[in-house]
Amino acid sequence: MRALLCFLTTVLLAAPILAAAQEAVPTETARPDRSATGGAQTLEDILARQRGERIDDSFRSEAIGGSAATVPALGPLGGASDPEIWRALRYNKADVTASAGGDVGKVLVQDGGMRWYRFRRGPLAVYGGYLLLGTIAALVLFYLLRGKVRLDEPTTGRTVTRFQAIERFAHWMMAGAFVLLGVTGLLVLFGRMFIAPYLGKEVNAGLLTGAKFIHNNVSWAFMIALVMIFVMWVWHNIPNRTDLTWFAQAGGIIGKRHPPARKFNGGQKIIFWSVILLGGSISVSGLSLLFPFALPLFAKTFAVLNDLGVPGWIGMEHLPTALAPQEEMQLAQTWHAIIAFLLMAIIIAHIYIGSIGMEGAFDAMNSGEVDEAWAHQHHSLWLDEYKTKQAGRPGGAAGPAE
Amino acid sequence: MKAMLAGFAAMILIGLGAWLALGQMGFSVEEVSSGPNVRLE
Repeated sequence: MRALLCFLTTVLLAAPILAAAQEAVPTETARPDRSATGGAQTLEDILARQRGERIDDSFRSEAIGGSAATVPALGPLGGASDPEIWRALRYNKADVTASAGGDVGKVLVQDGGMRWYRFRRGPLAVYGGYLLLGTIAALVLFYLLRGKVRLDEPTTGRTVTRFQAIERFAHWMMAGAFVLLGVTGLLVLFGRMFIAPYLGKEVNAGLLTGAKFIHNNVSWAFMIALVMIFVMWVWHNIPNRTDLTWFAQAGGIIGKRHPPARKFNGGQKIIFWSVILLGGSISVSGLSLLFPFALPLFAKTFAVLNDLGVPGWIGMEHLPTALAPQEEMQLAQTWHAIIAFLLMAIIIAHIYIGSIGMEGAFDAMNSGEVDEAWAHQHHSLWLDEYKTKQAGRPGGAAGPAE
Repeated sequence: MKAMLAGFAAMILIGLGAWLALGQMGFSVEEVSSGPNVRLE
């Protein structure tokens, strides 16, 4: 559990780092001489920007003129020249009044979109893609080395009910929604890179229109199932001492020993809390994206983190709290995708161990019935409790569940 | 298998229901981000 918390803390800190990286004032190695342009940007500034270098543009962002009183010569223009007004708009410092559109309409120039776009098609797509491919490759390698986790003892022919119908219903509703959300999300991210060049932009556009429709609407089933899963299984997923034993023996996956476990073992608890916390985070950022500009998350979150001094833990001064509505959406999308990649990697491992990775595992979520030998091998404490309960019922005995 | 199929069916029904309900409630992109004075019909 401590490892999980460390992991999540790292993840939760990732977005602020990204945001701060976007907002951080760059350190200038050599301040150019701008006397020839009277302080305006020089050719070197423009070339540096085109090379993708970060420059300290405060000489532009702060050159936004003044009032008619401070610059009387420009009285009819309100104390600011046209370039100064444009710079004020460019840096979101102009006093804009919009009759419609609210705060969104007041942002006339917003250049954060390029940073978001570059991150999205660059590090996000590259590292996210490698994370998924790496997870699949690792599982293939593991399967080749370890093979399927088989039953050590022959099946008894007696079954016990591992999951009730409502539990399996919620699991499969979530599973179906998650697969659809994952596939359509990947199509939206990678379509322009891998589909449009080969199948054409028309095909890609059609696919993305469908993907967006499915992604937006299937999300509700995922969120409902997430709540159902949490309510039904949270009690069984409270970490306890048996988990330490389970982890110490690597869950029996490596080696031949099979540590005792209750209804859910340590590995399953990691899956559960990953789904709840990461899935919850994806849901919240997804709601922010479903209702654009209505549910901004990051400025308030950053303010809370600043108050707690969290940025100082990693050597940062503070996180930006004055975010344009568009920046909120860009950060929400970035966060949504990063966490989704993490959860997809975890779920790929879950799918592996729940299907081809372990003999008999799929039955638990398919029919709900597992052989006693399977239950004894993987969830011995739970089987003991189950039998005790069955024996305690009127006319009950530890016999077949059906 | 029944629970699996029921889960998938529920997912589809909830998705369609959400699409219809949100559209009826005026949450479509067209209605939220536009208006009669900025649309060319």
